[in-house]
Amino acid sequence: MDIGSILSNALAAAIGLDTIIYALAALGLNIQFGYAGLLNFGQAAFVAIGSYGIASMVTIAGLPFGVGIVVGLLASVLFALLLGIPTLRLRADYLAIATIAASEVVRLLARSNSLGAYTGGSNGLTGFAEGFYDLNPFPAGTYGFGPFQNNERTTWIFLVGWVLVALVALATWAIMRSPWGRVLKGIREDEDAVRALGKNVYAYKMQALVLGGLVGTLSGFVFSLGRAAVQPDNYATAFTFFTYTVLLLGGAARVLGPVVGAAIFWVVLSLTDGLLRGAIAAGWVPDGLMTTTQVGQVRFMLVGLALMLLMIYRPQGIFGDRRELALDGR
Amino acid sequence: MAGDTHAPAAAEGTRKQAATRALADVPRVPGAKKPDPVIVADGVVRRFGGLTAVSVEHVEIQRGAITALIGPNGAGKTTFFNLLTGFDRPDEGQWSFDGTDLARVPAHKVARRGMVRTFQLTKALSRLTVLQNMLLGASGQKGESLLRAAFAGIWRSQEKANTERALELLGRFKLDTKASDFAGSLSGGQRKLLEMARALMSDPQVVMLDEPMAGVNPALTQSLLGHVKDLREQGMTVLFVEHDMDMVRDISDWVVVMAQGKVVAEGPPDSVMADPAVIEAYLGGHHDVSLSDDSAAAELEKTVEAEVEAEIAADEHEKGRHQS
Ligand SMILES: Nc1ncnc2c1ncn2[C@@H]1O[C@H](COP(=O)(O)OP(=O)(O)OP(=O)(O)O)[C@@H](O)[C@H]1O
Ligand SMILES: [Mg+2]
Repeated sequence: MDIGSILSNALAAAIGLDTIIYALAALGLNIQFGYAGLLNFGQAAFVAIGSYGIASMVTIAGLPFGVGIVVGLLASVLFALLLGIPTLRLRADYLAIATIAASEVVRLLARSNSLGAYTGGSNGLTGFAEGFYDLNPFPAGTYGFGPFQNNERTTWIFLVGWVLVALVALATWAIMRSPWGRVLKGIREDEDAVRALGKNVYAYKMQALVLGGLVGTLSGFVFSLGRAAVQPDNYATAFTFFTYTVLLLGGAARVLGPVVGAAIFWVVLSLTDGLLRGAIAAGWVPDGLMTTTQVGQVRFMLVGLALMLLMIYRPQGIFGDRRELALDGR
Repeated sequence: MAGDTHAPAAAEGTRKQAATRALADVPRVPGAKKPDPVIVADGVVRRFGGLTAVSVEHVEIQRGAITALIGPNGAGKTTFFNLLTGFDRPDEGQWSFDGTDLARVPAHKVARRGMVRTFQLTKALSRLTVLQNMLLGASGQKGESLLRAAFAGIWRSQEKANTERALELLGRFKLDTKASDFAGSLSGGQRKLLEMARALMSDPQVVMLDEPMAGVNPALTQSLLGHVKDLREQGMTVLFVEHDMDMVRDISDWVVVMAQGKVVAEGPPDSVMADPAVIEAYLGGHHDVSLSDDSAAAELEKTVEAEVEAEIAADEHEKGRHQS
């Protein structure tokens, strides 16, 4: 078993494409769920809208990828309004039901035959990312050091991705320390109390839903450009649940919680993957127990176990404040 | 800025006298006209399925006075509060606040117009600090708009002024040492205090308190009563729901009695508590009334006791029958 390369892969995962994608998706979810208490179970759809915004505009319509970005952002706002207008005046659970259903509708539409001409159906789309990589300022070559070495294309998308993460985190910090952020947190605690103090709760919830959705859409841009492919089943509900995992891991309502949560999530996945495969290759695991093809599933089981332990021993997440949780029971 | 003016000690009680004088000639009948009403409600009806929770024909609340709203459990007091403040929609009815129509105006707009309320079940925002709770109460904050939120320069000075005001109010409510604690860590009584202080942050014209004294210890009750009287001295109108008759007698200028959704009696505390309609309302609801040493009230107490004893006897008779 090559411990060195397993560790090196795990370290690389800390700043890898998946970490960026989930960090952005969870940063958006943090605005909605962490600060405003909105149960958005459709974050995957906002990510899909970003991904398909670029992919469809470029491959199908033949437009520059900048148009795809604008279309993605506009569609994301529209989608948030569509979900929010009927549900945000109702009890919190209605939003949860509406978002999870709408998210599946988006995915199933994307993979349907009838829309296949625009979305590529269940095969998805490829060949739309060149416009983005044409902008790459890095000449061909290898960049980075130690475990963090990548070619010029990967370096370019990583740079863009992490700049986006940093900007979103900075913006989150700036607005959440303001009176606007305070209203949002108040709504999370008890929206009637906030209403009684003269705040238009509905408008604030809508703003949070739209903002968080837009950040999810940024994640979709990185997702599609980083992989240079979109495939509808990547945007299933599992994506949303992993995003919640990432958020709770890092600590909800903490600016950097989603970023640290995403890094830990993917490092742990990479580590378990490497260690399990190594152990099987070395013959330490009897064949009847697990084969290499099952490693993919088993590592998610282990992540589930780790998450359960975390929730038992550190329910507030990495950054959370345990005192805050203790208040819930009163 | 009513909330900012501290009445000088010499003037203590002048507003009380003014309110008493203004209400002296008002007839003691349900729906009586007041000389200077701030709230006027007409034909307000709210039904829950077959149950008519509120059916108020006409009621006026005098400006600058402390009005108590009493009545047995389930009389519709909280529902009436919810209707007036936009937290519930009526099936029928109109009401105005300060001369402008207020029916079917959403809750946050009601609050912005100067009518704020507290809740029977206290709503402290647990995972916000006491100070943040207070700041949330301030109105007209520039930084509460998303477009300006990110630019602290725009709202910082206003925030500072609001913080000073919040700390001053917290001081009055003896919560200043708790300013940086989570509101969720406060005791039940302290939460009541916080909710009241928070409501005052917006300098309201009318404060509506739903059972502000429930669950508060007697020592704290005295200070809460003092605060409520203070509000009147600062020119605010107070409408509050309360079950403790001693308290009602102590602080209110006028009492409105509700039973089964209707206003059944009105008047100054003493006359209301002697009103047969009120006694009937409470007995009809089989409600245990806390009464004070007034002779008419004592009589009522006797009647209640007799009633209760009769009931207990009947119950035991029942039980005996079931056991045998
Ligand atoms: N949301 C609701 N759905 C159905 N019935 C309701 C609802 N809210 C109140 N009621 C009914 O309306 C009536 C009046 O209730 P309300 O809460 O206004 O009473 P209250 O006078 O405040 O009583 P208390 O002194 O116990 O607080 C009760 O019979 C209650 O059961
Ligand atoms: Mg009530």
